[in-house]
Amino acid sequence: MIKLNANNHMNEHQGEMHQQSLPLAFVRGKQVLEKPKELYIPEQALAVQLANFEGPLDLLLYLIKKQKFDIADLPIAPITAQYLIYLEQMKEQGIDLAADYLVMAATLAEIKSRLLLPAPVIDEEEQDPRAELMRKLEEYQSIKEAASWLEQQPQIDRDIFVAKAEDIELKKHATPAADTVVLSQLVDAFRHIMKRQAAYEHHHVERELISCKEKMSFILSLLEQQPLFSSDFVRLIVPAEGRQGIVVTFMAVLELLKEQAISITLEAEHSMQNRSTFLVEKSA
Amino acid sequence: MKAQSAKNLIEAALFISDKPMSIQAIKQKLFTQQTITGREISQILQELALDYQDRGINLVKLAQGYRFQTNSSLSKQLSTLYNDRAPKNSQALIETLAIIAYKQPITRSEIEEIRGVAVSSSIIKTLLERSWIKVTGYKEVPGRPSLLGTTVEFLDYFSLTSLAQLPEILPIQDSHTSELITKLETEA
Repeated sequence: MIKLNANNHMNEHQGEMHQQSLPLAFVRGKQVLEKPKELYIPEQALAVQLANFEGPLDLLLYLIKKQKFDIADLPIAPITAQYLIYLEQMKEQGIDLAADYLVMAATLAEIKSRLLLPAPVIDEEEQDPRAELMRKLEEYQSIKEAASWLEQQPQIDRDIFVAKAEDIELKKHATPAADTVVLSQLVDAFRHIMKRQAAYEHHHVERELISCKEKMSFILSLLEQQPLFSSDFVRLIVPAEGRQGIVVTFMAVLELLKEQAISITLEAEHSMQNRSTFLVEKSA
Repeated sequence: MKAQSAKNLIEAALFISDKPMSIQAIKQKLFTQQTITGREISQILQELALDYQDRGINLVKLAQGYRFQTNSSLSKQLSTLYNDRAPKNSQALIETLAIIAYKQPITRSEIEEIRGVAVSSSIIKTLLERSWIKVTGYKEVPGRPSLLGTTVEFLDYFSLTSLAQLPEILPIQDSHTSELITKLETEA
């Protein structure tokens, strides 16, 4: 039975900084401090999943637990050394380190230096420089416990399912949902407008390009002015803008639809004009 | 109204209701004409719970009221039906939620202080979208940051009847929190 320590290539890096050399593995209860020469272990194989840490406190808690240290008696020097090695490893693996990790490194270094300095004699109640960090670690630890308790609670659609029944009579009386619009219908309407536009066109004036963004905000502001915030699709078109205007308006409507800023419903057919009315509505 | 028909009515109403119904809601919405006391409704609910005790569906009491739900012993077999429906909670999300649950009302920067890392906007957004948390007010400090707290929907989702059910692992922070707990309890 061979148990490998996940931090094997960490030991190589740490050199003097580390205080108690960790055994690489245990073979039948005996410590193995060096890798067998003929054994090839890919660099990545034993690397700890560093990206999985939730932050510097999480990493520190992991280190403390791994070394079987006690938060209440936090040995700053070895923890700081280990922490820095992990940061180094994370950098090597190309993990983009959050600034918070570096702040913690600085905090650890500061605590370490304050512990080294002789305490001034005048100070009556010299607070333990580690106190704040220890409090934070304890707090975070309990939050982690609370979080895992919460995660294990029965959750809807994962552990329990809400039982529901329907009243058929009630459902019958409920207003039927507006017809959903099929893209082809929208395209038909577009075609129809294009055709109609041909009749309006008399002369050609050079125009600036109409921006889709501007059109989108134009449509939204137009809808806001309307009672009920809705308008017939055709009314969104500015005839003066010509073919291009129609195309951009159509694109802008599709874009707004995609962003769920508006919704489109199909109204009953106008028998007179033999075309459908697409009601463009501003989403709530 | 006879006892049996009242019982049937409550049973049916709970099944078609979109959210858990409290005794108060049952009384106000279902028994506008009849005189029925909250105690009687409570009695009926207890009877119903007993009727359903050993069934695939159980009647349970939650923060917002009563709800019919599947027997939790069936969760494994049932989850295969709805594999994709349950949202996966990331560690960051569940930690943030736990902090808000325990330390409410709390600002975002206070959450960051506890977790030791920046809280991403998407996590707060997700929690708000799922209605598990809400903005309960604004802290009277420069910038007036919003204060976040959990909702009854949160309690219902995690099968809790009140915040007091959370295991005691942190000292409850201040009187405000305990006030909130009693308030939530009386609402429920």
